[in-house]
Amino acid sequence: MTRTQRERLVVIGNGMAGARVVEEILQRDGNQFAVIMFGAEPYGNYNRILLSNVLNGSQKMEEIFLNPLAWYEEHHIRLHAGVKATVIDRARRLVIGKPLRRSASAYGLDGCDQTAPAIEEPYDKVIIATGSRPFVPPLDGMGKPGTFLFRTLDDCEQIGAYAKRCRKATVIGGGLLGLEAARGLLTHGVGVTVLEALPQLMSAQLDPEAGALLKTTMEQMGVRVLLEKISTHVLGAEHVTGLQFKDGTTLETDMVVVSAGIRPIVEVAKDSGLIVERGIVCDDQLRTSDPDIFAVGECVQHRGVIYGLVDPIWDQAKTIAEVLTGVHPHAAYQGSKLATKLKVMGVELASMGDTKAARPEDEVVVYREPSRGVYKKMVVRDGKLAGAILLGETDTAGVLTQMFSLETVLPERRADLLFGTSSGMPILSVFDLPAHAQICNCNGVSKGRIKEAIQIGACQSVTQVGAHTKAGTGCGSCKSLILQLLEVYAGEVREDPSEHYYVPGVPLTKPQLIAAIKEKGLKSVSAVFRALADGKEDAGSKAGLASLLKSLWPGEYEDERDARFINDRVHANIQRDGTFSVVPRIYGGVTSAAELRRIADVAEKYQVQMVKITGGQRIDLLGIKKEDLPAIWQDLGMPSGHAYTKAFRTCKSCVGTDFCRYGLGDSIALSQKIERRFQGVESPHKMKLATAGCPRNCSEAYVKDLGAVAIEGGQWEIYLGGAAGGTVRKGDLLCTVKTHDEVLQYMGRFMQYYRENAKYLERSYGFVERLGIERLRDILVNDSEGICARLGAEIEAAVAAYKDPWATEAARPVHASQFANPVSVKADSEEARP
Amino acid sequence: MNQSPLSSVPREGTQSWYNGAVQCHEVDLGPVDFIPLGEGRAYVVAGRTIAVFRQRDGQLFASDNECPHRGGPLADGIVGAGKVICPLHTWKFDLATGRCLGEEVTIRTYLVREVNGHIVMEIS
Ligand code: SRM
Ligand SMILES: Cc1cc2nc3c(=O)[nH]c(=O)nc-3n(C[C@H](O)[C@H](O)[C@H](O)COP(=O)(O)OP(=O)(O)OC[C@H]3O[C@@H](n4cnc5c(N)ncnc54)[C@H](O)[C@@H]3O)c2cc1C
Ligand code: SF4
Ligand code: FES
Repeated sequence: MTRTQRERLVVIGNGMAGARVVEEILQRDGNQFAVIMFGAEPYGNYNRILLSNVLNGSQKMEEIFLNPLAWYEEHHIRLHAGVKATVIDRARRLVIGKPLRRSASAYGLDGCDQTAPAIEEPYDKVIIATGSRPFVPPLDGMGKPGTFLFRTLDDCEQIGAYAKRCRKATVIGGGLLGLEAARGLLTHGVGVTVLEALPQLMSAQLDPEAGALLKTTMEQMGVRVLLEKISTHVLGAEHVTGLQFKDGTTLETDMVVVSAGIRPIVEVAKDSGLIVERGIVCDDQLRTSDPDIFAVGECVQHRGVIYGLVDPIWDQAKTIAEVLTGVHPHAAYQGSKLATKLKVMGVELASMGDTKAARPEDEVVVYREPSRGVYKKMVVRDGKLAGAILLGETDTAGVLTQMFSLETVLPERRADLLFGTSSGMPILSVFDLPAHAQICNCNGVSKGRIKEAIQIGACQSVTQVGAHTKAGTGCGSCKSLILQLLEVYAGEVREDPSEHYYVPGVPLTKPQLIAAIKEKGLKSVSAVFRALADGKEDAGSKAGLASLLKSLWPGEYEDERDARFINDRVHANIQRDGTFSVVPRIYGGVTSAAELRRIADVAEKYQVQMVKITGGQRIDLLGIKKEDLPAIWQDLGMPSGHAYTKAFRTCKSCVGTDFCRYGLGDSIALSQKIERRFQGVESPHKMKLATAGCPRNCSEAYVKDLGAVAIEGGQWEIYLGGAAGGTVRKGDLLCTVKTHDEVLQYMGRFMQYYRENAKYLERSYGFVERLGIERLRDILVNDSEGICARLGAEIEAAVAAYKDPWATEAARPVHASQFANPVSVKADSEEARP
Repeated sequence: MNQSPLSSVPREGTQSWYNGAVQCHEVDLGPVDFIPLGEGRAYVVAGRTIAVFRQRDGQLFASDNECPHRGGPLADGIVGAGKVICPLHTWKFDLATGRCLGEEVTIRTYLVREVNGHIVMEIS
């Protein structure tokens, strides 16, 4: 079938609803329609709800696109991007549009480039998906430089750019969007004030008590909140300098973002003679007053309701698709029940339905914990959930949302719904959910699709499911359910053997690999590829192999620099902008005036962007250019702290017996011995240690990979597998010893055993958990396998092989271009040929 | 980031960067052994920063240096079997096609070859 024979479907509006409805149609029938889209915004469709994340810096613009331009090409959709449809000529059955002027806002009332020729597209069917525009309350001086609305990618970009030049920003409107905007502005380093006309925040979703609590939470986060403030004038001659309020008072501010609600965009519909009230009036099949013209999304008025959230769009889009493709001509959209989640980093808040009791017989369940800013409330009607608020803790939000929208009868123990069951049993088993039940409301992803992603797409984690289906990538409130689905279905996924390979590129488990390497005497990464992977290099396997070989052949390992991660090529940690950080070694966190002076001199001489005290009891020089590294090391004259590599990192210490009135053992001397001995010893992952002078544990030794804690009677307890990073785990007690030397001995044994037996990138907390402390104690203390002597010797060899990379390579780089910065090349054809 | 499929269409609605006859010429980037075997280095040519990679087997590749994810310097990545892994968040790119393995983006690649000990690159 050629395109000319196809029915012509013209979609007005290329936003979340417009693009989704086209996707739904193509899924059902890829050939029925030739699709033409008008989009006022000059982009492919992106996920508008993630603009908040773009503004607060947690996501980049490129990351929020749902339909990149390639998608339109792939599906032969003609996209008029940056073109606004002005009217539907129903007599001539044409949709007529004009390009927008460069400067014009996508949702402005005019903005078309009148000089440009009109674009006319004949249609058989039209779908209007024009969404809405921000509502601007009467406000004198709105529109002058420094005043903004928050709706589109362009808005987002402009707000971010302008904020850079500001000290104070003000957001008008204390609703979901206003608060998200406020939080976003905070990350741009401006002082933020939110103005709300009503006596509470988020009055649409919260009761007064929750509103008040939220206010406190926002204020603790650094956002100033002023209630019952009605702005009348934007002050400032050529740009914003302040705001004036109805009550006569004023507020100083450099910029103003107005988010006081939205209004459907209905001009096209109106000017084309369709019935329009507050929105475009549609029936249950989303048909407008013209049977060939449908509407979807925020511009729709359905059964008198206008929605301002994405969730309804998914059902509306399905309905239209079913009707238009004839798959189910009588499909009907019944309206949606709305749940929302505030996407403000640091605030957990979910809300749904009626949050205030409406009838005398309504049952209201409330839990308060002001000290932690926790407030939970359910309104139960006829045994079902009529509405809920979860503030400060939203673990059960996913489940509640399901029960709310599926109208399930609630379990007897209401508490379970707010806190999860005491038994740990899921409140609502995902089994009970029908396949079509929508799990992710932000992206409209059903249980069925997620199940598929897990079973067919072999997704193993919430993130993978997200990458595969977009589920969980909106407000995130459904993640707990996705996890449950993983637990249920991932089990059925046949696991693939490569899971157990030490590195993906060599089909051997770690023990097999080690055996093969030893047997064949393979001492370089390329040798391993040649001998064990039929010569096929694999970039992803290089660093892992290098780390293993280095620990297998101390001193003999044939180092190939290209197998190293950049950090290990230049002995510094690469940072977000491609610069590096330098962390010199400071044994046991004890430094000296002279060292500090040298650090200070270096910081000034090389205009170091930031000098920071690290969490590892030393000093980080951040934002350093690659080419400056060697000179800096030389000027510092201090050894590398190895903060950039998978190796022994630090040994933190408390002041111990030297000064502390509680000190039971000399923690400083011990930590310095430990650090001097094991510095730079490489391993499957980082090793961070600490010694504490007493069980008060000021240096956090209980939660380090290895820790030594002094106790009464001049003894030291040795702990293994502690963690206080992404994972928090108290270390397990290996044994109690008397002397510093014994501590060093047992720690050395463990390190070597860990180096030989842990998986690449397996931290000690995982390793110790996996083997169990009893087993380790048997091997390392009772010498059940008779390997302790060997372990001691091997670690000794590793210690002996250690060279400070800074000292060795600062003066003599391993390669002329080791620290080279980009080379400038003259690009004129003369000198082109050598 | 023009060749990123996410990038915006210029308001005119023409995808200008696709069409228009391109006229190439060659640039000498200097001695090949400036780049250690198996590694990459960055060059600035006609205002563009380009990463050139010299695989262990001697094969040369070139692409834009900036990772479309968050601008990571690809020249600092790990190379092997015609692929490079970005040093920041390990996005992986096929250096022959520029295709990202896993994400819906493509980076621009360039023709490079060795001419008596020098790296010669074609640019337009
Ligand atoms: C600089 C520092 C933050 C600070 O300013 O204090 C830091 C910075 C980084 N940490 Fe850290 N960590 C720092 C102390 C810690 C600590 C506290 C400590 O060491 O006592 C922890 C918790 C203990 C632990 O290691 O678990 C910590 C847990 C992590 C983790 C989570 C590890 C885990 O499995 O849970 C990562 C990510 C990883 O390793 O994969 C990480 C990774 C990183 C990286 C290297 C991310 C990266 O790969 O680029 C950061 C480099 C920033 C930069 O550009 O320099 N950092 N990081 C601290 C340097 C300590 C030092 O002097 O060496
Ligand atoms: C910052 C922010 C955060 C949000 N967070 C959430 C959230 O967490 N959860 C949630 O459910 N919802 C959220 N929303 C609301 C959600 O984004 C909207 O409900 C959704 O985008 C509506 O989709 P739509 O297609 O109807 O309108 P839009 O996405 O606005 O799409 C309409 C498109 O049509 C274009 N257009 C208009 N008129 C014309 C014309 N005449 N010709 C051509 N094109 C035209 C517009 O420019 C626009 O691109 C958020 C919104 C914003 C701005
Ligand atoms: S916690 Fe560590 S890894 Fe995370 S941003 Fe801070 S420094 Fe980087
Ligand atoms: S910047 Fe390249 S992967 Fe993130």
